Amino acid sequence: MKICCLVKEVPDAAVQKRIDSGTKRLDRSGEKNLNPFDTHGIEAAMQIREGDVAEVDEIVAVTMGPESAVRALHKAVALGADRSVHLTDETLAGSDVCATGYALAKVLESEQPDLVLLGQQSDDGECYTIGAVVADHLKMPSLTQVIKIDVADGKLTCERQAEYGYDTVEVELPAVISVGDAINEPRYPSLKAIMGAKKKALSTHATSDVGIESDQVGESGSKTQVLAINPPPEKQPGEIVEDEDTNETVEKIVAWLDERKLL
Amino acid sequence: MAGILVYALHDDEGNFNKNSLGAISEASKLASELSSEAAAVVVGDVADDACAGLGAYGAKRVFRAKGASEGLAQPIVDVMAKVIADEGFTYALFGGGLLGFEIGAGLTARLNAGVTMEVTEVKVQDGKLVAVRPVLQDSAVVDVGYVGEPGIIIGRLNAFDTNEVDGASADVVDVDVDLSEWSTKARMITRGEQRGADVNIEDAEILVGGGRGLGEKDNFKLAEDLADALGGAVAATRAVVDAGWYPYAAQIGQTGKTVAPKLYLAAGISGAIQHKVGMQNSESILAINKDPNAPIFEFCDLGVVGDLHKILPKLTEAVKAKKGG
Repeated sequence: MKICCLVKEVPDAAVQKRIDSGTKRLDRSGEKNLNPFDTHGIEAAMQIREGDVAEVDEIVAVTMGPESAVRALHKAVALGADRSVHLTDETLAGSDVCATGYALAKVLESEQPDLVLLGQQSDDGECYTIGAVVADHLKMPSLTQVIKIDVADGKLTCERQAEYGYDTVEVELPAVISVGDAINEPRYPSLKAIMGAKKKALSTHATSDVGIESDQVGESGSKTQVLAINPPPEKQPGEIVEDEDTNETVEKIVAWLDERKLL
Repeated sequence: MAGILVYALHDDEGNFNKNSLGAISEASKLASELSSEAAAVVVGDVADDACAGLGAYGAKRVFRAKGASEGLAQPIVDVMAKVIADEGFTYALFGGGLLGFEIGAGLTARLNAGVTMEVTEVKVQDGKLVAVRPVLQDSAVVDVGYVGEPGIIIGRLNAFDTNEVDGASADVVDVDVDLSEWSTKARMITRGEQRGADVNIEDAEILVGGGRGLGEKDNFKLAEDLADALGGAVAATRAVVDAGWYPYAAQIGQTGKTVAPKLYLAAGISGAIQHKVGMQNSESILAINKDPNAPIFEFCDLGVVGDLHKILPKLTEAVKAKKGG
């Protein structure tokens, strides 16, 4: 069984994020990190490998992004992927969800995975959608926000929370599954794994290498257009109290509750 | 003709989801501005009356696909793609929730169409729809337009209010759809399983919400003691429900309940969007969290940066003393 893990480089959570008013794109400069949700996807792949049900031949980390995204791949390899694939091309810049999903599907087609795993959302933007876009292009079944995966006989049994409670769904392989953060606790990479990550095979593809039609990607191939960026509606900022003396803090809270007739 | 097609989610008893009804009302309002039609898609064997009843929210027609089942996205992508192609709808609209995200994303790929998610408002501009979407933890709001047709709009939970008009009834049109091969490869084993006790949080005027910051399951006792002292109930985030610390029935947010109590006291809750959408209309929000960068401090009325394990027990005692005195 071959597992591909889609990963993404995102701005570090501690870095102030902003939108470039000229290009109307997310300013992706500054410190970067592997999308925390994607580490759960890699961990899920590792747990399938380490379980005694399915034979996992290979775990491949796949990303699309500028040159700097190589660091996210190194991190993915340090966490357990065997090798990585980097789709990078200037024509991809500015791709929206539709274009990104198409491009990722094309690069995955060249790998022919039995299972594609990814985090349910990225820290910096698109929520919940990429897995389902990729799946439809690949003509594979898919499920998102999965919090438990069992593998048996070429099938997955997945659990996830939906609108009316918990659903249990059987999914035939090959499939695309996006995972929630409740699925596992990702391991910390060992120092050896971190040091060795740069030595693992990394293949770099341009769009033409994997058959991507250049007019379907990038800003010109996108089907949405950011027309304006505005500040959020004004909201009076709340009062913030640092707890230095807990008795005093509690007094303040009680007074605040009392003022609002909540006691 | 142009038009807006809405997916109407329902439970196993055929009750439609409130967010879907809100999306139909929104579509109806927008359609009248565009001089076009709002319609809905229903999958499964839902009764004629129930389908026709969507007319009360503004749907002119309801396309019912009895051959597809509710609960999994891909068969519904097949249905909606066919109805959009056959009837020439120019937009697909979804209320908040998980299936809307999955179906909308599938349609994006199938129809090579633009998608915008977490949409809080839809505007008409030059005869076209523009989706308004908060981004970057709600620190900016972007207007998104569509290039080509159709455009797919996935609303944020509770973004669209329901608007019922008496007496209106929708025409019910049955549609036959050949499911894609890959749409038949996922199978629902059990749907909507409730986990944990059946607790009622929707009627409480005061809620103490517990999140991961509580540290462990047993620490929910701290939240329960405080809720008892305040005369309220205890709610939870999805993270702790998924972890098995608290019952699903107490969960607030995207795939849980929406509440608006007089007081929401968030204990160890970071305030991610998925939680925020379920409680942001509370009259007063008090947050206790040790991380000063937690997003909840951006939208609470009183924020306390500190260790809740120290604060909660003392607060419980102080509330008891105050109420007793």
